[in-house]
Amino acid sequence: MTKVSMTVNGRTVSGEAEGRTLLVQFLREGLGLTGTHVGCDTSQCGACVVHVNGQMVKSCTVFAQDVAGADVRTIEGMANADGSLSVLQQAFQDHHGLQCGYCTPGMVMSAAALLKDNPKPTEVEVRHHLEGNICRCTGYHNIVKAVLAASGQDVSKIAAE
Amino acid sequence: MHNFDFVKPSTIAEAVSALSHEGAQALSGGQTLIPTMKQRLAAPGTLVSLTGIAEMQGVCLGDGGLHIGAATPHAVVAREAKAHYPALASLAAGIGDPAVRNRGTIGGSLANNDPAACYPSAVLASGATIVTNTRTIGADDYFQGMFTTALHDGEIITSVVFPIPEKAAYVKFDQPASRFALTGVFVAKYAGGVRVAVTGASQDGVFRWREAEAALTANFSPAAVSGLTVDSRHMIADLHGTPAYRANLVKVLTGRAVAAAS
Ligand SMILES: Cc1cc2nc3c(=O)[nH]c(=O)nc-3n(C[C@H](O)[C@H](O)[C@H](O)COP(=O)(O)OP(=O)(O)OC[C@H]3O[C@@H](n4cnc5c(N)ncnc54)[C@H](O)[C@@H]3O)c2cc1C
Ligand code: FES
Ligand code: FES
Repeated sequence: MTKVSMTVNGRTVSGEAEGRTLLVQFLREGLGLTGTHVGCDTSQCGACVVHVNGQMVKSCTVFAQDVAGADVRTIEGMANADGSLSVLQQAFQDHHGLQCGYCTPGMVMSAAALLKDNPKPTEVEVRHHLEGNICRCTGYHNIVKAVLAASGQDVSKIAAE
Repeated sequence: MHNFDFVKPSTIAEAVSALSHEGAQALSGGQTLIPTMKQRLAAPGTLVSLTGIAEMQGVCLGDGGLHIGAATPHAVVAREAKAHYPALASLAAGIGDPAVRNRGTIGGSLANNDPAACYPSAVLASGATIVTNTRTIGADDYFQGMFTTALHDGEIITSVVFPIPEKAAYVKFDQPASRFALTGVFVAKYAGGVRVAVTGASQDGVFRWREAEAALTANFSPAAVSGLTVDSRHMIADLHGTPAYRANLVKVLTGRAVAAAS
């Protein structure tokens, strides 16, 4: 075991990690931050996406020791300071961008990474960006709508399907 | 996954020394190696991370063309190679998905030499040079069949040097579930002639389509390849496509790449 420290959602944290401890295990089992989900564990589904130094990564496919010292943000760090939902999270609720919610933490983290680089994406850009995030419930339509709405674009003309 | 010792050196020399121990293996972006270890198809005793080595990062112009550090993630190549070698940048921008591109690296892709990977076609079509900790290897000598390369045990790729073509394009026919190339073709036109490299098609991994190279060197237009045929005998057969389907894709995608080349 090695002691690993990093910044998670603005707080300095540390915990024990083996060589094989994945970032997602460090977050969920070590720190109790269970908002980050494991869907596939094979880097296909994107349920485990978090930000490392501002960039989205699949936390099931990164070793905790490899990101020691990094600045990590998870879904638990996405709400506003007063605990209310962020604009993006609220848009997922308003536009029914989730059903079972399993994929949602990864969808929100991926979408947040897109909007940081591209504040007004087109529908095609949103769909392309979310290619590594799998949802088995919604059919994606309302997820795309939520992301477009969160970027301040008018989605009233997009049919709910 | 079996446990292992994790080390993260900050220089190439330290990494090479750590890799000289029995059971040690290099880890770059981990986008291939970590899933492989989870399946217990690899069980290194020590993993030597290459992600903390500054001299293996980045994209810059230098002697012989565009130099790319082996531990440079695909997303960085997509951004920083754009002004110098747009076809290479767009290949990098089309690998996997954004999260894979933020971790996966050019060195990891080339060391792995997956028969459906994108970068091997760019390296072979550009006649690029693979630079390791001990030597330089020309693209024509580097790729030695599916998942097989000229690298020795413990040897690491430190950078790749791409001569910049007059025109080039990469066209990938996506396998939609994995986004790897069902078949992909990279065409590059240099003053000395045209090179065409094909990935995702042959059982022997990436290869040059010499007949098309000759035809395109004489006449760089999609029509130059329309009369050629591709031998399907050594093509990959799987649930996504038959050998004949892939052979046809090679020709169709070559034509499209020539039309798209800029
Ligand atoms: C969902 C998904 C989609 C993908 N889609 C595509 C795609 O469309 N096209 C594509 O081309 N690839 C694709 N990939 C593969 C991806 O590009 C990988 O990042 C790449 O193949 C391996 O790079 P890595 O840096 O992650 O290497 P790692 O997984 O860290 O290492 C791979 C192998 O290379 C060795 N190695 C690593 N670096 C070096 C080095 N510098 N010198 C010597 N040996 C080294 C390691 O020991 C290991 O054996 C995809 C992967 C995933 C998970
Ligand atoms: S759990 Fe990480 S990609 Fe599916
Ligand atoms: S809401 Fe159920 S998987 Fe996306």
